[in-house]
Amino acid sequence: MSRWLRSFGIFWYDFIVGDDWRGAAVVAVALGGTALLVHAAGLNPWWLLPVCVIAALGWSLRRATAGKG
Amino acid sequence: MNAVALVLTVFVACAVEAVEALTIVLAAGLTREWRSTFQGLAVALAVLAVVVAVVGPALTLFPLGVLRLVVGALLAVFGLQWLRKAILRASGYQDLHDESGIYQRQVTAARAAAAGGRHGVHDWYAFTLSFKGVLLEGLEVVFIAITFGSNQGSIGLAALGAVAAVLVVAAVGVAARAPLARVPENTMKFAVGVMLTSFGVFWGAEGAGVSWPGHDAALLVLVPVIVLVAAGYTLLLRRARAAGPAVPGSPPRAAAGTSPVTSGEGS
Repeated sequence: MSRWLRSFGIFWYDFIVGDDWRGAAVVAVALGGTALLVHAAGLNPWWLLPVCVIAALGWSLRRATAGKG
Repeated sequence: MNAVALVLTVFVACAVEAVEALTIVLAAGLTREWRSTFQGLAVALAVLAVVVAVVGPALTLFPLGVLRLVVGALLAVFGLQWLRKAILRASGYQDLHDESGIYQRQVTAARAAAAGGRHGVHDWYAFTLSFKGVLLEGLEVVFIAITFGSNQGSIGLAALGAVAAVLVVAAVGVAARAPLARVPENTMKFAVGVMLTSFGVFWGAEGAGVSWPGHDAALLVLVPVIVLVAAGYTLLLRRARAAGPAVPGSPPRAAAGTSPVTSGEGS
């Protein structure tokens, strides 16, 4: 049973997150930060998530290509 | 988002997955036998139908804000994965998806596998190959259709786009009786990556409580911005690759093709 659950978890992790977990982490942190700024500070930081996603994509690409010609 | 954009996005995304499933089904059917292959296909479609029937209505039970936050986050992460892969392929850092090569590998493995049936299925290998291929690619279709559809309150329209894509690819596959190697898969993957990321960002931020300037019209800016950024990253990587570490005595490598996304496809 635990082996099946592990395989199930690995499948969904690979399916959603794929090769680089950092993109997922950046999206999660950016969404948390956005919610915090909206509900705790009363701001409307609509720009935060797009900026973080664009930066995360660049970071992920840089890591994937570092050292490769 | 209007209905046309919803149907088109789901259609293109699902067409990409259907092409990959078709390659596996053809390899199993043409190399082993069609009856067991169709049985595997039918069982996989039945499982996918159950997933849609259970998950689709269940999603409508969640408040729209929570749904948009969770689904937006998932779509943004999923879209980033597609976009990253498409950019790496377009810039030459990763091999382009080779449908013919994948087909040949599947055919070789299918020919080498032992014959034999189980549980009333005449050829167990053909059954499992077809079942796994259709189920795994189909799960991506279901994921995209359900997430887009539930956020827009139009699961029916999203399902229409998904079913149309599967039918078109199946019809072309039946006519060609060969893997669809000339489909511009990386371009389609790039487009889908842009749409998944853009809508993921839009819905995720809305779910977190943001009010977008211009409301839905913000997407008309967000999508082109993501396109430009992705094309810019592709060009930058291509230039970096062309100017990469020089090997003594060898000429500098030229970046292939002219389009930031499509070079080398369809061959």
